[in-house]
Amino acid sequence: MDRPTPLLQIHDLRLQYRVYGGALQVLDGVHLHVHVGEKVGLVGETGCGKTSTMKAVLRVLPMPPAQITGGSIRFKGQEILAMDPRTLQQVRGRGISMIFQDPTAALNPVFTVGQQLEAVLRSHWGRRADRGEIRAAALAALEEVALADPDRLLDAYPVQLSGGMRQRICIAMALATKPELLIADEPGTALDVTIQDQVLRLLHNLVEERNTSVILISHSLGIVRQLTDRVYVMYAGTMVESAPTRKLFTHPGHPYTQQLMEVVPRLSGGGIAPGIPGRIPDYLDPPTGCRFHPRCPHAMEICRREKPPAFSLDQDHQVACFLYDPAQGSPAP
Amino acid sequence: MATILEYRNLKKHFTVGYRDLRRRRPITVKAVDGVSFHIQEGETVGLVGESGSGKSTVAYTTVGMYAPTAGRIEYRGESIYRNGRRPAHLKKEIQIVFQDPGSSLNPRHTVKQILELPLRIHRPEVGNRLEETARLLEMVELPLEYLYKYPRALSGGERQIVAVARALAAEPSVILLDEPTSALDVSVQGKVIHLLLRLQRELHLSYLFITHDLSLMRNVADRVAIMYLGKICEIAPTQEFFQAPQHPYTQMLLSAIPVISEEEERLKPEKIVPTGEIPSPVNVPPGCSFHLRCPYRMEICAQVDPEMIQLTPGHFVRCHLYPDGPPTLESANGDRHGTDQGHVPEPRGHRGL
Repeated sequence: MDRPTPLLQIHDLRLQYRVYGGALQVLDGVHLHVHVGEKVGLVGETGCGKTSTMKAVLRVLPMPPAQITGGSIRFKGQEILAMDPRTLQQVRGRGISMIFQDPTAALNPVFTVGQQLEAVLRSHWGRRADRGEIRAAALAALEEVALADPDRLLDAYPVQLSGGMRQRICIAMALATKPELLIADEPGTALDVTIQDQVLRLLHNLVEERNTSVILISHSLGIVRQLTDRVYVMYAGTMVESAPTRKLFTHPGHPYTQQLMEVVPRLSGGGIAPGIPGRIPDYLDPPTGCRFHPRCPHAMEICRREKPPAFSLDQDHQVACFLYDPAQGSPAP
Repeated sequence: MATILEYRNLKKHFTVGYRDLRRRRPITVKAVDGVSFHIQEGETVGLVGESGSGKSTVAYTTVGMYAPTAGRIEYRGESIYRNGRRPAHLKKEIQIVFQDPGSSLNPRHTVKQILELPLRIHRPEVGNRLEETARLLEMVELPLEYLYKYPRALSGGERQIVAVARALAAEPSVILLDEPTSALDVSVQGKVIHLLLRLQRELHLSYLFITHDLSLMRNVADRVAIMYLGKICEIAPTQEFFQAPQHPYTQMLLSAIPVISEEEERLKPEKIVPTGEIPSPVNVPPGCSFHLRCPYRMEICAQVDPEMIQLTPGHFVRCHLYPDGPPTLESANGDRHGTDQGHVPEPRGHRGL
């Protein structure tokens, strides 16, 4: 491809957690890239490594027990894994910021909203700014996320606010430093559907306005379909499929993606599929070859032996599955 | 089909504090405020609402965790509460499955012990309890060796299945399912739902299925009821509920659901952009409790709480847009534009704490 260097490029990332009795092989060769202005979705079920991948990008994983055993993470061409703490601190906030799933846990209960928001701005601006300026910027940040009465809110504590308001404040904090890449980890999951819809629309408008790149982590296929240009599907620490959003939802390639689409209850009815048989593998002793093979209806001999590389269905649609290996010669499902 | 469970104007108010300690004027939360509906034999009724709407309180009041403030709950015509207590045979008939199996199963008991407790209490006639617990496990398709496992050794889905087996142990006729799959991944949800539907067919069970997931209800429920701030706003047979939702809140909920195909997108009502948040139940707005967020708000909405009316057989809605029977969309639109825009009356009775 003759596109410019991606803003963020994760290449063959491997991560393990050392625990009693061995090591949990949590990420096994994760690839992902995000271009400038692109909105990318990362979908997968609980425990598949979505959040671990993103925490590795910001280097906020507790090490030990976490240990990165291979791969690289490049932000604007710079290797994040090799950065010294000062450079890293520059990347966090100004380069990449993150919105966490649970706004209640992300905000400190003993400081006011204003104190927390101003702390973010102060660390971003350094000593240049005076108090008045910072206060004004904090007010502006709250106004941007459509919160009424920002003056009063700055002096409120998180417990005095509703879940939707807290999530808006987290969005304001994440965007206050004008990051180039925003990682949103399940930004609406803890909220009710009508509040979630409002928060996600707000987030969408803000990043469109600024042309911020986004990685949206979610277990909800519906949310990802609404908000992203391209989607990655993860299963048990591996990237199984990546495709433009429309293509993924009309022509899912990987057997896991196909089954996942089947089990989502549809508003159009048609009953509920009986779920995907089996369970998520044990990371202490993951299956050999393709990690999905014990649950896969199309499993072949080679799936047990070898880890499938990413096969291209077309230019921008990759599937890590031997069904698409031209050498296997079997027709794709 | 006979009615098995009937709610008549059920109310559950909680006193959460006092406004004025000397005169003891209580601050009440009207968690459930006049709910009437019924469940028929073998039927699944979906009770849907956002957090704080009171849907779980309805279930908890039914199983006796709370006594109702007013109103009646009847099981086959017999009131559940007699002098504030429930007869044992009714406890046996109505069982509940909670949302989070991690906290509703005793971590220090094995599955066998968990399943034996309801047997000892409700079915003392069972001689061989081990055999009976084994039969229960077989019924929910768990391997027999699970009898000697502790909940922590099971996955989330398996724990919830054990919770279902525990509910079945009493041989109930009604099971209240309080968000039974909300804590589970979709791939596991399918399995649990399939099990529940099979058990319903085989044992002729009636379900009150409490959830916030409307897409799930589309596929599971026979009838769906929507709750908002302690009251039901709309109740209808599933097919009709999704094809012709009438209450503005139902339309707002439906249009906010993220879906995964064009086909579903077309089924959503014309986008009503959700605004505002569910108000605090301590301070319910006067008139229709939804009027502060309603795009079709009229003057009357701030003053008078609408009555539940029947639009078509079985389809009830509680909204001033439908003063006399089913309107056409055009006639409703005429009223909608008569509102003086932007003027939202202050909720009365708010004094702060």
